[in-house]
Amino acid sequence: MAARRPVSQLGIDRADVRRARTLARQVGKPIVDLATRHTTVSVERATLRLAGLGGADPDGTPWVNRLTDAVRADVGLEHGVSLPAWDALLRGEGDDLLTLAQKAAAGSVTFRVPEGKDATRARTASRKAVGAGIRQIDRQRAAREKMIAKVGDAPSKPWIYLIVATGDIHEDIPQAQAAAREGADVIAVIRSTGQSLLDFVPEGATREGFAGTYATQENFRLMRAALDETSRELGRYVRLTNYASGLCMPEIAALAGLERLDMMLNDSMYGILFRDINPIRTFVDQRFSRQVHARAGIIINTGEDNYLTTADAVEAAHTVTTSQLLNEYFAKEAGLEDWQLGLGHAFEIDPEVPDSFRLELAHAMLARELFPDAPLKWMPPTRHMTGDIFKGYLLDGFFNLVGALTGQGILLVGMMTEAVVTPWISDRDLALQNVRYVMNAAGNLREDFRPAPDGFIAQRAREVLGEAIGLLQEIKDDTDSAGDPPLLAAIADGTFGLMKRPADKGRGLDGVARKARDYYNPATEILEGEK
Amino acid sequence: MSLIRPYGDTTGDGMVQLSFTLPIEHSKVAEGAAVQLANKMGMDPALVVHAKPMGEGFTFFVVYGRVNHLVDPSTVEVVERDYPLLTPKEANASIKRSLRRRLTVVGACIGTDAHTVGIDAILNIKGFAGEKGLEYYREIKVVNLGAQVSVPQLVEAAREEKADAVLVSQVVTQRDAHLLNTREMSAAFREAYPAARRPLLVVGGPRFDETMADELGVDRVFSRGTTPGEVASFIVHRLTGPRTPTQEKAS
Repeated sequence: MAARRPVSQLGIDRADVRRARTLARQVGKPIVDLATRHTTVSVERATLRLAGLGGADPDGTPWVNRLTDAVRADVGLEHGVSLPAWDALLRGEGDDLLTLAQKAAAGSVTFRVPEGKDATRARTASRKAVGAGIRQIDRQRAAREKMIAKVGDAPSKPWIYLIVATGDIHEDIPQAQAAAREGADVIAVIRSTGQSLLDFVPEGATREGFAGTYATQENFRLMRAALDETSRELGRYVRLTNYASGLCMPEIAALAGLERLDMMLNDSMYGILFRDINPIRTFVDQRFSRQVHARAGIIINTGEDNYLTTADAVEAAHTVTTSQLLNEYFAKEAGLEDWQLGLGHAFEIDPEVPDSFRLELAHAMLARELFPDAPLKWMPPTRHMTGDIFKGYLLDGFFNLVGALTGQGILLVGMMTEAVVTPWISDRDLALQNVRYVMNAAGNLREDFRPAPDGFIAQRAREVLGEAIGLLQEIKDDTDSAGDPPLLAAIADGTFGLMKRPADKGRGLDGVARKARDYYNPATEILEGEK
Repeated sequence: MSLIRPYGDTTGDGMVQLSFTLPIEHSKVAEGAAVQLANKMGMDPALVVHAKPMGEGFTFFVVYGRVNHLVDPSTVEVVERDYPLLTPKEANASIKRSLRRRLTVVGACIGTDAHTVGIDAILNIKGFAGEKGLEYYREIKVVNLGAQVSVPQLVEAAREEKADAVLVSQVVTQRDAHLLNTREMSAAFREAYPAARRPLLVVGGPRFDETMADELGVDRVFSRGTTPGEVASFIVHRLTGPRTPTQEKAS
């Protein structure tokens, strides 16, 4: 791999890059081991969803929740739901999962952990049922590839990423179609505030949300169908994005695969730091969801931009690099390839800081050099958008220029009305004009632009990488009295952001179980390609 | 104070700029419509300096023109916030100075309300409207009990945590549930605590009327669009302000 890389424009020593990746692996590996030793309610529910169980009871509680809770009440979560559930089906307790879930909810089924031949039969039956869901994911991946071959792909990079967020799926659809016609290559449907803290996935088409629209299987299906129509009309495939984060990350990943979403926001630590979700829950859920994304050909977008919304973008620049390296390790471990890694970063330095543009450029070039084959997701300014829309428009122009100069793969379009209103039709149009002007005017400037070897930009990039290596080393050496993996200890004492998140606290901890010896999950088995 | 009018480049010219979108295809008629709107808004003469189709069936306009209106600053009425807005840093400093310990806030959605969106927007570090939530404040200890908390549970948690302030969010308003729940909550706190020791009670939600605090028996009501900074500033003001007379020159 090293042989085909051009010499670093930033004068970065390859040995440092190797060292950074080695440290990321050393920090990440114990977390992966921890994740493989545990399961969560959401992983089990995702498995049931892959086996085709959908819908909800009259109170809106999904059947996957009812069935998982019933199994758990009888035999615990540590064996997984698959063996007890399919054992019950084989014992004639229900014709299918839905009937079984209904009966279980009514309390008329008793679950057990099957042994011997019964266990083998339950294993085979569950693997067959879950396998059908995974085949559906495979079909959707093939359908995406076929459609791109037929109607064409986004004409150029970066892909233009626009957001809709009305709260009502039936309002979102025409807005998303209009945004695509105006030039968006990627449409993201913002989720309703707080969905990440719901321990269930709402059901059906939803028309009421708070500053966003609920992620549901039906909403996914409706929006993908609408964008397919628009893709054919425009002669280019318009991608759809949602959020695999929060307490239901694995289930939402499964639904995204089943309904052919194309990108998912999926950060390894965001939920821990910003939503106070239990660290172990997050890492277990995250690994499963990334395995699903890998299978589904979904591009993940990580959330490093969030660090810069709480911390100073200059002082905390190295935490972005550190997180990118960790996200890369966890993603690859779960089977994702470079082209699927939309590693995040953002243009958030205070414009009053001298040389702020040079600093931004240094940080963006560093990300580009460290991850040459990853698309990278470049996020526009938000913190220093003050309501002065004229200044904001200029700032967005400079953001776009850095994007053009550093070959970003995914460019979230900055709105001059950030922090003022949700984007108006004119805001979106003006923002796209800004992007087009910069890309047209400066598109291949990258060819001509070489930072001076010992100039400000190259030195700053090396400095940030050095600080990131220092931080990774510090994390690796971190310990706590419980003997947790170093990364958990580091998260507990507030190394990231400003938040202290101990491994035994946070939301969703009661949904975590250490696997028993006879734990079985057909989805994991298939996704990991084992016999 | 004298009457004033907008200023472009000459005193008294009354010039303003305006941009807007009309749901009409771009044409001469569309531009005429834009002028008509500007005229009706009091701009005369109005000059359409830019018109551009945006999306299907929409046109965006930039209009410059002269308004004939005069404004009289002496008759402007403003409702002043009765507490200063503090940055997180200032709030932390103020708590440190006057409490000499961390300030504890207990938050919850009470009753059957499962919508934690409001309480989370205020408490979670993620925050709302570009402001970080109360968790971000070093000197504030946040205990977020989440949704569907009963009033007795809330009182119990407030006692246990020695809460300085209790934040309650109510989103669901069917049959005035938010008002009933709030009255039940404030009554329970009045019963459980002597008046001087009762934590500060704050409720919030999109359908609350901010003037109803007394009627509901709480210290403050926050309505739609309230940001974490406003809530933090209010709490800090009330808990560190009046009882510490030495701090008048502190800021």
